[in-house]
Amino acid sequence: MTKICADRPPSLAKAPTGIAGLDEITGGGLPAGRPTLVSGGAGCGKTMLAVEFLVRGATQFGEPGVFMMFEENAADLTANVRSLGFDLEALVAQKQIVLDYVHIDRSEIEETGDYDLEGLFIRLGHAIDSIGAKRVVLDTLEALFAGLPNHAVLRAELRRLFRWLKDRGMTAVITGERGDGNAITRHGLEEYVADCVIVLDHRIDEQITTRRLRVVKYRGTAHGMNEYPFLIGSHGFSVLPITSLLLDHPVSVQRVPTGIARLDEMLGGKGVYRGSSVLVSGSPGTGKSSIAAKIVETTCRNGERALFFAYEESAAQIVRNMRSIGIDLEPWIDNGLLEIHASRPTLQGLEQHLVMIHDLVRAFRPTVVVVDPISNLTMAYDDSEVKPTLMRLVDFLKKQQITAVFTSLTSGGDTDSGLDDSQLGVSSLMDTWLLLQNIEFTGERNRTIFVRKSRGMPHSNQVREFLLSDAGIDLVDVYLGDQRVLTGSARVAQEAHERVAAALRAQDHQSKLRQLASRRTAIEAQIAALQAEAETEAEEVHLVIAQETLQQKTTQQNTDAMVRQRNGAAGRAR
Amino acid sequence: MTGPPASAARRDSPPGPEFELRLYVAGQTAKSLTALANLQRICETHLAGQYRIQIIDLTQTPQLAAGDQILAVPTLVRRLPTPIKKIIGDLSNEARVLVGLDIQPVIV
Repeated sequence: MTKICADRPPSLAKAPTGIAGLDEITGGGLPAGRPTLVSGGAGCGKTMLAVEFLVRGATQFGEPGVFMMFEENAADLTANVRSLGFDLEALVAQKQIVLDYVHIDRSEIEETGDYDLEGLFIRLGHAIDSIGAKRVVLDTLEALFAGLPNHAVLRAELRRLFRWLKDRGMTAVITGERGDGNAITRHGLEEYVADCVIVLDHRIDEQITTRRLRVVKYRGTAHGMNEYPFLIGSHGFSVLPITSLLLDHPVSVQRVPTGIARLDEMLGGKGVYRGSSVLVSGSPGTGKSSIAAKIVETTCRNGERALFFAYEESAAQIVRNMRSIGIDLEPWIDNGLLEIHASRPTLQGLEQHLVMIHDLVRAFRPTVVVVDPISNLTMAYDDSEVKPTLMRLVDFLKKQQITAVFTSLTSGGDTDSGLDDSQLGVSSLMDTWLLLQNIEFTGERNRTIFVRKSRGMPHSNQVREFLLSDAGIDLVDVYLGDQRVLTGSARVAQEAHERVAAALRAQDHQSKLRQLASRRTAIEAQIAALQAEAETEAEEVHLVIAQETLQQKTTQQNTDAMVRQRNGAAGRAR
Repeated sequence: MTGPPASAARRDSPPGPEFELRLYVAGQTAKSLTALANLQRICETHLAGQYRIQIIDLTQTPQLAAGDQILAVPTLVRRLPTPIKKIIGDLSNEARVLVGLDIQPVIV
């Protein structure tokens, strides 16, 4: 049932604009062979959009175009768009673009009777035929309302003009001045251009201007209905869709080491995935930037490029400060593997920051991008704007398989509730979240780190103590015992305490063993003495027995002798 | 009585055409023909002998439209005397044509 989309007949033919983002919103471009109205106030970028539409059509899509302008002349326009890198003169010379400046001065024109605007049609037709144009820009037709007094004729002619453009199959962009109130254009041009209407706008919010674009209407096609921020940068116009609507970026199983051995160990032993997004959050002074700098240094050490966007410190200051913890970034800056771009968030609107990041990433092609910190952007902007912006950034970097490291300052102190409210609601966008915390105990604050989440890899659930020293960053096990976690000098004291206790116990055991041994010796001596005594006694007993036996024997012999003697005497007597 | 001599005097005095007019039209439409007829009538009445009319059909020579900044047709351009003046429409409103071309009307 869900396969219906695949069988859908091909939708309306589209003429790609080549403008970054606009083709995504409109599902492929402006309606081919039909007019599109672009409306906006002064300075909104209508002309820029129109020029880029033509230039990209001519240079990228093989569709030459006619630019008919009613307000500024060709020389001014050429000069104005040169700053965007568009060389109109060259394109005119190559017969890819025709510039026609239509000048109308009310004071020069006296109406003397019935007329029509066939002259305009002829001019336009001639220009189109001269280069075989497929695209037409009319910038801005509303100047005609000021120039020609008879609006009834003008309106009839405009209606005819749009029909004529359609009949000739021209993909046209017609610009119009934004009207008062809800009117899209001041003179109601929208009633003639029914196919596609785009409104440009710029709003100043807390002294920072944001340009926005909205496709109000696009007949016969689904389109993004939201307001999309856009900007006019050095590469032209770019519209930033809030997010790529599909989550279809490629994934890598490759790992990027953080350069902190024990941290890699906590992250399944290998570090984070390439192209994943890492959030390092913590309260002030917990070492967020240090971790980011270490990752950058490791990346450069591996011969890959890294881009560091700093919104708090200047590049020189980062280099100096990181050197104090044994991270020397300077050689990598010198050999071009590392670029640090430091600016204040208030320098420009959020979208400009984003586009600047886009431009630099495209030009530098890094494998790791650090934004330090994303939370600083919220100081200048509404939270509701930051999240979509970050989402777009995360999507953009993921698509390019760039590992992104975002640091975020948690404002809520050390309590757990405070930790959560300061993630700009972006933690769900992140693949790995390292949480840094300060633990205050026995008069000192110590840094701890733990992996709050890390998608797709086994990761440690342990809190580690995080040490910054001139030798670099190290993680040590915290002391766990007595139902509590000890860090810092409390941990050191506890460890010393344990060592002493152990040493004492060892001594005690040894002396006990010694005592036992000596007692055994003493007992053995006693046994020997007693045995000797016993033997002596035994000998004496034997002696006495022998003597007595001898005596008895002797006595017996004597008695016998006597008996024999007595018996002899008696016999003689008989 | 006074009309013809004045007219004759004006006709004689300048050696060449004082007014150089260019009428832009787009094909042989009713509007073009009306405009041309109106122009010839007005010129004959007020500028007899002092004008020259050039007719440019933009359907034949569209590249000429940009030169004089032609948008509406018919357009009448007064090339001479300077400054250049431009009027649009089929010239049926004679008073406006005279104002637009800065011509002193000849009172008949």
